[in-house]
Amino acid sequence: MEKEDLRKELKVSAIENGTVIDHIPSESVFQVIKILNLTEYQNQLLIATNLDSQKMGKKGIIKVSNKFFKSDEINKIALFAPTATLIIIKNFAVVEKKKVEVPDYAEKIVKCFNPNCITNNEEITTKFTVIDKVELKLRCHYCEKITARGNISFR
Amino acid sequence: MKNKSLVSINDFTREEHVRILELAGAFEKRPKQRILEDYVVATLFFEPSTRTRLSFESAATRLGARVIGFTDASSSSVTKGESLRDTILTVSNYCDIIVMRHPREGSARFASEISKVPVINAGDGANQHPTQTLLDMYSIRKTQDSLDNLNIAFVGDLKYGRTVHSLVQALCNYNTTFHLVSPQELKLPSSVKMDIKERNLTYHQYTELSEVIPNVDILYMTRIQKERFSDPLDYEKVKNAYVLRNNMLEGAKSNLRIMHPLPRVNEITTDVDDNPKAYYFTQALNGVFVRQALLASILGVVD
Repeated sequence: MEKEDLRKELKVSAIENGTVIDHIPSESVFQVIKILNLTEYQNQLLIATNLDSQKMGKKGIIKVSNKFFKSDEINKIALFAPTATLIIIKNFAVVEKKKVEVPDYAEKIVKCFNPNCITNNEEITTKFTVIDKVELKLRCHYCEKITARGNISFR
Repeated sequence: MKNKSLVSINDFTREEHVRILELAGAFEKRPKQRILEDYVVATLFFEPSTRTRLSFESAATRLGARVIGFTDASSSSVTKGESLRDTILTVSNYCDIIVMRHPREGSARFASEISKVPVINAGDGANQHPTQTLLDMYSIRKTQDSLDNLNIAFVGDLKYGRTVHSLVQALCNYNTTFHLVSPQELKLPSSVKMDIKERNLTYHQYTELSEVIPNVDILYMTRIQKERFSDPLDYEKVKNAYVLRNNMLEGAKSNLRIMHPLPRVNEITTDVDDNPKAYYFTQALNGVFVRQALLASILGVVD
C-alpha cells in the first residue's frame, strides 16, 4: 500500500491543503470534474487518469487544492464512481480518509431511462429517490419508473 | 383534501380513499347538486380519451361548475410548440382546478408542482390513472359490501395495464387474495408482485381463465392488445384464450361481479351483458360519482 502511495506521489505531486479524490474509475474522471463544477475552478487542480492500480487495474485521481467538499455535494459522485475515496489533506498530512456514500436523493445529474418520461421531453430538473443503494436503483419522482445500474446515464 | 392534487393513488392515504368512496356514495343518492356554481373546471386533454373526459365533464356539470378546456392536443397551442409548463402556468390563471390527460409519464406530477390550482391526473402515459382506481374500489365495495378479505382475479394484459397495477397496489391495503390470469408474455411485473409480498398477501398465477371463475368475488377483465406482442404468432395463440363467455359463469359464486375498465373489444362476449353478474357499464357510471366526490372535496366545498 505504501509503495503504491509512493509511486503515486511521483506521478501527481502533493497538495498542501485540500481534497484528494482517489480510486475513481478511469472512465469517470471527467464526469466527476463536471459534476463537482471543477471546470471553472480557479485554484490548483491536478488530474490524472489511467494510472496503474493494484485494486482496480486502472484508476483516476483528482487533487483539489484549498477545497473541502460538503458531503451531499461529494456523495453525488458515488452514483457513477462508487469506488472513490476521499482524502482530506491539511499541511501535507492526511487528516481524514473515507469512502463516498450513495446519497438518498439524486437531483439534476441522472437522466431518466424512460424515453417517454416528461423530464426527457421538457426542460425539467430530474429528481430521483435512491430505493436500493447496493444494487443502485433510483425511482423517478415524475414517471415513477426505476432507473437501475444497467441503464443509468448522466446529463 | 382541500387544494390537494391527486397524481398517484398513493398521494391520498387509506383514510382519504375511504372518505372519497363515502362521499361518492352520497353523490350517487343525490347526483344533482349545484354546489360548484362559482367554480371553473379546466379539462386539458393532450391526448383524446372520450370516456374519461365525458365522465369528468358530466361530474362537474351536474354539480353546476363551468367546464373549459380542449379535447386533444391538435386543438390547443401545443401544436404551435408551447411547452407543458407554459400551458399550465397560463391555464391555471383561468380556473379553480385542472383535470389533465397527457401522453407522457410524469406530466401530471410536473403540472401539479407548477400549477397555482390543484391538478387531478386523468392519466399520464402508462403511469397512473388514480380516478380509475378509485372508481374500481368504489365498484368493488358497493357490490361486495366491503373491500376487505376478497378474492379478486385479474385477467388478460397484466404487464402493461396501468389500471391493473394501481388497483392491485390499492387493494394491498385490504387483505386481498389475488388471482392473476395471463399469458406468459403478459404476466404482472415483478415490482408489483413485490408490493403484494411486502404486505404478506397471497397471489396465485394461472394461464387458464376457467380455473379461477368458481373461486373469486370479482373478475376484472382487461383487453389484450396486439401491439404488445413482438411476434404476431404469439398474439394469435393467446387472443381467444382470455375471452369470457356466458356459459363459463355457470359454476360462479352468486356474489361474483365482472368488471372491465372499457373499452371492450372481444374479451367479454355480448351474451354476458344480460347476466346480472355483468357490472362494467355500472362501473363506468360509478366513475361520475367518484369524480364528483373528488372535485367537491379538493375544491373544499365538502369536508
